Amino acid sequence: MATQHSRSAARLMMAPAVVLLLGWMLVPLTMTVYFSFKKYLPLRGGDLGWAGFDNYVRFVTSSAFWPSVMTTLIIVGGVLAITVILGIGLAILLNQPMWGQGMVRILVIAPFFVMPTVSALVWKNMFMDPNYGLLAHLWEFFGATPVQWLSQASLTSIVIIVSWQWLPFATLILLTAIQSLDREQLEAAEMDGAPASKRFAFITLPHLGRAITVVILIQTIFLLSIFAEIYVTTGGAFGTKTLTYLIFQRVLESQNVGLGSAGGVYAIILANIVAIFLMRIVGKNLDA
Amino acid sequence: MARNVTNKRKIINTTAAWAVGLLIFFPILWTILTSFKTEAQAIADPPIFLGFDWTLENYKAVLERSNYGRFLWNSIIIAGGSTILGIIIAVPAAWSMAFVPSKRTKDILLWMLSTKMLPAVGVLYPIYLLCIRFGILDSKIALVFILMLINLPIIVWMLYTYFKEIPGEILEAARMDGASLKDEVLYVLTPMAIPGIASTMLLNVILAWNEAFWTLNLTAAKAAPLTAFIASYSSPEGLFYAKLSAASTMAIAPILILGWFSQKQLVSGLTFGAVK
Repeated sequence: MATQHSRSAARLMMAPAVVLLLGWMLVPLTMTVYFSFKKYLPLRGGDLGWAGFDNYVRFVTSSAFWPSVMTTLIIVGGVLAITVILGIGLAILLNQPMWGQGMVRILVIAPFFVMPTVSALVWKNMFMDPNYGLLAHLWEFFGATPVQWLSQASLTSIVIIVSWQWLPFATLILLTAIQSLDREQLEAAEMDGAPASKRFAFITLPHLGRAITVVILIQTIFLLSIFAEIYVTTGGAFGTKTLTYLIFQRVLESQNVGLGSAGGVYAIILANIVAIFLMRIVGKNLDA
Repeated sequence: MARNVTNKRKIINTTAAWAVGLLIFFPILWTILTSFKTEAQAIADPPIFLGFDWTLENYKAVLERSNYGRFLWNSIIIAGGSTILGIIIAVPAAWSMAFVPSKRTKDILLWMLSTKMLPAVGVLYPIYLLCIRFGILDSKIALVFILMLINLPIIVWMLYTYFKEIPGEILEAARMDGASLKDEVLYVLTPMAIPGIASTMLLNVILAWNEAFWTLNLTAAKAAPLTAFIASYSSPEGLFYAKLSAASTMAIAPILILGWFSQKQLVSGLTFGAVK
């Protein structure tokens, strides 16, 4: 009887969160799907009737689509490669005995707390500016011609900026995982004469497997939708228009809502494919 | 002999780690240093690292120029409001899932997490339109609600993880002693849960403070927080390095400090307990 009572109380306590999230998910989603089947131009006539799958076809056949997919893949892939590889290296380094470990940790984590618009602007102006940027001075010091970072090496620049933001996240999670590694196992392997490279490949790396997967999945979800870093640096010019940015431009800048919404549906599907894998891992770990 | 080797190794480790740490931190350090230079010293060639005349002029200029106080206030209201609202809604939900689990608890938790995966740009126009319809475009209340909703799954998850660690026997004992549901929550659970709630709030203030998709797209003059304030330095003011640096330093300083306190909770919070 008491359990019955507490069960219904529990349901009642869960209700606000569940209802809000359900509304947050369903209402905009339904609207996006609805608009995606419409010819809808708020500034040029408004709702011009049903369009069938026209928007879906036009979105993928427009000349901007494939370049934006490539840009997205390069940015996501580049940042993932850099942050995971450097993150493993840093995690191993930070796990060694040293003086001032806590302080170094704080230094390494700091970029994660910098708001995206600040990091993008600081990098763009104070480091990558071809005249006054610090990198230009560095290049000149070595007698090289300064690089026009954000116009000539635009994708590389964005990858550098975003990697700097996400390296702390990867490092912190991999460090946490590495700290749970059984030290005795490593020491035993060392006693048996296994060289450092083998100890890394056969003990450390397999142990980190799951943490690496989690880092890749979570970062992919966030990286697919990076926005501010492009908004304040190139505004989508010089080949830095990602899928997210293309949809943003279609929807808010050119106010072609039907077309943008079709793009939005593609983005949602893409994110869900990644999400399914992440949920599997998280779900396995949940002993509810 | 062996001791010598370990000491030598420790020195190498320490040097390498500090070098890498300082390199990663350098852009932030450089921004802070530049904020105390004059504009001329900020673009000096070769660059000046420490040997400049320290000045507070830039901070004064930024504060005078741009209603910095209002942007700061908006950030505080949006980050603080969305976090408090989120906690109020999430605490009962997480409590019931942790202490009265049912067969569907796991599914509900995973489903909540899945709403976090919804790409913002996919629902940009509907949200934009709804804000116009309700007359809350460029208002703090809209952002409080939206940021609360996007962070709610993380709040529920983190709280759930903390609540799970509170032994259920304590609640049973309280129930035996005749405590009502209200008493349980108020006098037994809350004191034990406060550390978990505090660190959940901390992480969410950080996430909301730095959120830069909705804050850039749904605000203009009235409700813009610091993310948008900094974006307005994009050009041409961005080339006044010293002022840009002062503005940036003021925007990131509070969160850097909070962030350093929260680094322990960060991992389990951001990986939904998948890495502990």
